[in-house]
Amino acid sequence: MRSSAFGPLEELSDDAQVALWVEAAQEGDEAAFQELVASSYRDVFTLALRLCRSEEDALDVTQEAYLRCYRSLGSFRGDSKFSTWMYRITANCASTYLKKRSRHRHESIEDQLEPADAEPSRDPVGRAENTELRSRLDGALGTLAPKLRAVVVLRDIYDLSHEDIASELGISVSASKVRLHRARHQLRDSLLPDVVVASHDL
Amino acid sequence: MICEQIAESLPKAVEGTDGLSPAQRAHVETCLRCQAELVQYRSLLRALHTLRTEVIEPAPGVLPELLAAVGQVGEHHAIRSLINRRRVAYAGGIAAATAAGVTGVVLLTLRSRRSRPIAGSASG
Repeated sequence: MRSSAFGPLEELSDDAQVALWVEAAQEGDEAAFQELVASSYRDVFTLALRLCRSEEDALDVTQEAYLRCYRSLGSFRGDSKFSTWMYRITANCASTYLKKRSRHRHESIEDQLEPADAEPSRDPVGRAENTELRSRLDGALGTLAPKLRAVVVLRDIYDLSHEDIASELGISVSASKVRLHRARHQLRDSLLPDVVVASHDL
Repeated sequence: MICEQIAESLPKAVEGTDGLSPAQRAHVETCLRCQAELVQYRSLLRALHTLRTEVIEPAPGVLPELLAAVGQVGEHHAIRSLINRRRVAYAGGIAAATAAGVTGVVLLTLRSRRSRPIAGSASG
């Protein structure tokens, strides 16, 4: 079992532990900030990759997100979870990054890293079906326009509110809702009815 | 009511039929085609939720890079703070010296003014 100065790593996902790190980091404790980064960077990178569809871009966005986090941690009041706050920062960074990027790239889904299942099923058949479904779903997400993909990823995967999404992407709440409906519609068209059969075991 | 008219509204009804008008809701309750579409959207939403538990592992060495980048910013921030503190200290010193000088001049001026009448009365 790995451990740190702040306690065993099994407790990293615990909100109270994260809150302690946040509090310590806000008081200037560099080690606490490093613990925050270490405990959350995989999730942040995963979100950045889902938004950017490129590992290189996702790494840039992840780094920028933590730099912003470092600069503005003092303003974090704990009204939401730290992870939600980081998702908002990451979404904002990815949006800015993608807008600034001059060249337009289409990354093949096959070029992406293999996802690691955080809650693997004990049933090998079910696991295989889920893996296949997720792979197709991930591929379908990749075919969406970036502005549609960003909204459906943030709303339907990361459960951010339309208000938060609108704020971070610089759009109106109604635009966020319209984009979500369009994205769901396109995903359904590209995946279903196969998903209906495959998702019974989910 | 024609199903195509409702089709555009079904994606927002996936989390509950609140997004539908009463007439649309009444139609969906009796239309198997629209119900099937709604089931598809709910399946899609469940599938999207499952992606939440996935973590894509970045390449080895990313964490040290992140920490180094943040550390650099932290050092710059510390250096800036130090410079700012020194600037404040210098400014404070200059202000104190100026205040002391002004006070000295004022005191000397006052003393010289007091000493003049005494000198005048002594000579008269």
